[in-house]
Amino acid sequence: MNIDTGDTAWVLISAALVFIMTPGLAFFYGGMVRSKNVLTTIMQSFFIVALVSVEWLLVGYTMVFGGDVGGFIGDLSKMGLYGIGYNVLEGATIPELAFVAFQCMFAVITPALITGAFAERMKFGAFTLFILLWSVLIYNPMAHWVWGGGFLQELGALDFAGGLVIHILSGVSGLTLCILLGKRRDFGRKAIVPHNLPMTVLGATLLWFGWFGFNAGSALGANALAANAFVTTQAAAAAATLGWVAVEWKCHGKPTVLGAVSGCVAGVGAITPAAGFVAPMPAVIIGFVGGVVCFFAVASLKQRFGYDDALDAFGVHGIGGTWGSLATGLWASLAVNDGGADGLFYGSGDLLVAQIISTAVAYIFAVVGSYVLFRVVSAVMTVRVDADEEIIGLDIAEHGESGYARSTFS
Amino acid sequence: MSMTKIEIITRPGKLEELEEALNDIGVLGMTVSQVYGCGLQKGHKEVYRGASYDISLVPKVKIETVVCEIPVEKVLATAERICKTGQVGDGKIFVYELTDAVRIRTGQRGDDAIKDIPGEKKI
Repeated sequence: MNIDTGDTAWVLISAALVFIMTPGLAFFYGGMVRSKNVLTTIMQSFFIVALVSVEWLLVGYTMVFGGDVGGFIGDLSKMGLYGIGYNVLEGATIPELAFVAFQCMFAVITPALITGAFAERMKFGAFTLFILLWSVLIYNPMAHWVWGGGFLQELGALDFAGGLVIHILSGVSGLTLCILLGKRRDFGRKAIVPHNLPMTVLGATLLWFGWFGFNAGSALGANALAANAFVTTQAAAAAATLGWVAVEWKCHGKPTVLGAVSGCVAGVGAITPAAGFVAPMPAVIIGFVGGVVCFFAVASLKQRFGYDDALDAFGVHGIGGTWGSLATGLWASLAVNDGGADGLFYGSGDLLVAQIISTAVAYIFAVVGSYVLFRVVSAVMTVRVDADEEIIGLDIAEHGESGYARSTFS
Repeated sequence: MSMTKIEIITRPGKLEELEEALNDIGVLGMTVSQVYGCGLQKGHKEVYRGASYDISLVPKVKIETVVCEIPVEKVLATAERICKTGQVGDGKIFVYELTDAVRIRTGQRGDDAIKDIPGEKKI
């Protein structure tokens, strides 16, 4: 096929939209931590943009989208983007390089989402090694299984823009890591409250904005499917915000700003796997339920089990992604996307079964993979700051800087 | 002339009114700080993502001023009039005898460091 300029323009713009999400995530998370840890939290996301971009161009792209080897991994034929040149992407109307750029941003934001789980206590060196290993050995294979012609794609599992590959994988890895790393010293003993919620709102706004590129760009063309994904994204983000705020208002007496922005992120997370397979009305339901379910995941589930998922990477992304993947099996419809499948509510249970299997695979892979990588990193370096460093804050201890000229009590 | 330092710790919402009232009785210089404190007033509850925290330290404002010519009782009466709501959390006023003061610009000591300099306009 030939290159279509409109499609190419849209995918390039979408890549830039997805790029801004990771710095946006840095603000989203940065506002939620205490002021003594604002820089280290922002740095983790910002540094991942650099670290994973280089990894992606060198080996990531070929591991995900190179020739399939036994359904498990891409071969190394496109290492360092070898041979891509100005080729047109197979089965599409855009240059393959546009696809490389677009997918690069996904590879970047996924590990950045994990950082919310282990915020305020991980040493920067161990963080860097863990994220690099995780990107190469967890993200790349999983993305290949779902998008690169691997066995989950063969199974018929649908994941439009990354419910399995991005949200479940990062959320469950985050949960594993926060349990292995242990709680923050003050967790459950002292109030650990967000130091700058307006910054968090700014970050959430950038995430919502960038998500149009994330989901609608995944159509890989400037077409009706992209418009559908655009509308479902807005529908789910909005409905989830309403859902989270409503249930929080009812349970805790007040509608909070942090609740509203958490709801919108839960909603876009939930619609991600479904965005190009479901119609706008199911998207409203998926979003609303996503907002409610994620609220209970962070407000009840976390309290009940007492793990310190500091910024709720699992509660928002893991749970939101899980719900979205299952919901895809309920509401997907061939009328929306003839490249997809009909879900349970449109006459076939096969898709739901494939979604359940692939979700289980993502959970198991994330838990086992993260556990092994954590042990490997622990064997070669210190992963957690010591008590004194945790008290003084990681900005000073790890980076030798302060986020604010004069900090107050926290 | 003896110098007295008066420290008023009260609700942040009273600051502007108090500053005006003190200006009206001739107290023109003061230092204001944002502080946190606890006392009889219980703090408040904050809820973040369903986790609720008792915030025991309550935001307050601290106004410090030093007087020599203006009667201390007049300052106290003014502060009480403005800051009193009758509820816990109105705050405290502390009164100290000062031994000395220095106006850094001129090197003046004692009450000269505190009083307005005649003929010098307020900038």
